[in-house]
Amino acid sequence: MAHLDPTLPWSRAIIVGASTGIGAALARRLGQAGTRLALVARRGPLLEALADEIAAADAPRPIVLAHDVTDGASVPPLLEQLCRELEGLDLFVYAAGIMPRIDESTYDTALDHGVVEVNLLGAMAWINAVAPRFERAGRGTIVGLSSVAGDRGRRGYPAYNASKAALSTYLEAIRNRVARAGVTVVTVKPGPVETPMTDGMTRLPFLIPADEAARIVLAAAARGRHEVYVPWRWRPIMLAIRAIPSRLFRRLDL
Amino acid sequence: MAGAMPRERLERVTAWGGADGVMAYVYRPTTGAGIVRAFEAARASGRSVGLRGAGQSYGDAALNAENVCLDLSRMDRILDWDPDGGRIRVEPGVTIRRLWRHTIEDGWWPPVVPGTMAVSLGGGVAMNFHGKNNWKMGPIGDHVLALDVLMPSGDLVRCSRDAEAELFHAVIGGFGMLGCIVSVELQMKRVHSGLLEVEAVPATDLADMVGIFEGRRDEADYLVGWVDCFARGDRAGRGLVHAARHLAPGEDPAPAQTLRPVHQELPDTLLGVVPKSIMWGLMRPFVNDPGVRLVNTAKYHQSRVAGRHRYRQSHVGFAFLLDYVPGWQRAYGPGGLIQFQSFIPAARAGDTFPALLETARAHGCTPYLGVFKRHRPDDFLMTHAVDGYSMAMDFKVTTRGRRRLWRATEAMAQVVVDAAGRFYPAKDSTLAPEPYAAALGPERLARFRTLKTRWDPEHLLQTNLSRRLLGVP
Repeated sequence: MAHLDPTLPWSRAIIVGASTGIGAALARRLGQAGTRLALVARRGPLLEALADEIAAADAPRPIVLAHDVTDGASVPPLLEQLCRELEGLDLFVYAAGIMPRIDESTYDTALDHGVVEVNLLGAMAWINAVAPRFERAGRGTIVGLSSVAGDRGRRGYPAYNASKAALSTYLEAIRNRVARAGVTVVTVKPGPVETPMTDGMTRLPFLIPADEAARIVLAAAARGRHEVYVPWRWRPIMLAIRAIPSRLFRRLDL
Repeated sequence: MAGAMPRERLERVTAWGGADGVMAYVYRPTTGAGIVRAFEAARASGRSVGLRGAGQSYGDAALNAENVCLDLSRMDRILDWDPDGGRIRVEPGVTIRRLWRHTIEDGWWPPVVPGTMAVSLGGGVAMNFHGKNNWKMGPIGDHVLALDVLMPSGDLVRCSRDAEAELFHAVIGGFGMLGCIVSVELQMKRVHSGLLEVEAVPATDLADMVGIFEGRRDEADYLVGWVDCFARGDRAGRGLVHAARHLAPGEDPAPAQTLRPVHQELPDTLLGVVPKSIMWGLMRPFVNDPGVRLVNTAKYHQSRVAGRHRYRQSHVGFAFLLDYVPGWQRAYGPGGLIQFQSFIPAARAGDTFPALLETARAHGCTPYLGVFKRHRPDDFLMTHAVDGYSMAMDFKVTTRGRRRLWRATEAMAQVVVDAAGRFYPAKDSTLAPEPYAAALGPERLARFRTLKTRWDPEHLLQTNLSRRLLGVP
């Protein structure tokens, strides 16, 4: 079996939003490290292809589950089923996220609801099921993929910004709940990453490949970091950007 | 999909060595009816049931991930005691500690005890544990008179050497795969003192240790060797043998005194000052390669300086070395420890144990503790004994070293199989189905599978260990 990184401490993981992007890159890396995986996403065929690819790399074939994260009520039994098939759970990753392309004249409530449902409510449905289990176990790692976009409200994608801001706050609150039980919650704030979400976009600063983002995420999670900017240089940048007064910020082309 | 289990029963259940742990739906019945209800709850949700006694198995023998864990520790009544004949009948959750405390003042001691008194009789009989007197007294199963076993069907079957003898010889040592032991009837051993006559003998290498064992086989009642696994070359196998014998009537001037439980208590402090409850924390900085090498070397040379000497020691003080420091496994750190114990025919022992140690070292793993014992074959289907020796080796597990250690034990298992050796499920954490089957022999395994099909056709009883060694049904 190929082992990229023998220091990854998890033997069983669920990745929600695993079909493309950072979720898929995390799946590839964890698969190669020997972690038993359950891959969850809306589009089953993409998951099957990814599972085949991981299995072809001499890793155990992941379990795949087609599931729409907007169906929150179905999550508790699905989690129980996946834990049973995996024979346990050490790591949960919520990587599902959407950012519909809009322009600055779009005000579309249905579209915004969809963004909040996938980026925030789906995370809540899964983490509400996973967190008490990890609390009981007295261990476990929850990784939530938020975004640098949650750190400020910009004119381009209001609902996306708001959903990620809410997700970051939600993850922080969950972390404060479960930390004393020994559970780790990692808030991941990537800048632009080469994924279907950024396909065709131009002038993206510090754009990095999805695999590089996955490497940074796993290293940070293995170390039990609370909040990780991907890549790290976004931390000072966002510190500065967050410090800009709103009156000034709205005049800037950021 | 099968029905859901009550989520509030979901608990973390760990291997004693701390290197493994699972989440399971835990039931703690106090009666046979409670066991049957747990069987039914498991069945209704399409889950299996793993039996757990005191949870003292080093590895995954009492783990059943995401399924039902039937914890029998609350079934701990002593059902019947005959102080004249030394026959006792107990529920499965009764520990060795409770057992000897109940019987010793009448002059009876368990015929076979493991290195800790924390084990339960139910779990102990299911594993068929042995002690430091295995070559002389056999395993605990040799002293079991009868068992009541609650089968997955709900039937209560009484088995012994006369009734359901085949089942009897398979439940003992069958690691909880055929039915749940609900009572154990045991013949205790008559003792005439609470003390043993102990002789400490340093051994310069493995051949010397084997010689000391063989030379004392007839006179001694107990023999155990400590091995410094860091010693190599012509010092490989160096260590310290403790031989002990029971006292004959009259040798102890005051047996009524020494047979009192208070006379048997282990000290509350070590070296007179250190509370033993914090001892594991003090040991922790030394539980690494240089630390253990240093401690082993000091211990060995100290024993050389002391030389051969004799002393009297309580049964508890001699038998339960592992209980001197409660929770000592925690000194191994967050990754815990695993044990690799193998049983090698006498003729091959001299070559095989050094080869095992070298195999481990070639993978960068050295056991921190090695314990050497003498064994004899027994009549039980899933036996782990041979006419020869065993060495138990404790390995520290770390996140970084885990895969390397598992590869080491894989290579070591092959060495054992090549030497016609055997393995012991109570200690095992890593074995694959092929070496297990090869060591046990295909015929025994086939007979066991036939019994499993007869008594548990739906495979209700499973554990992580059973799935690992026998495959997922």
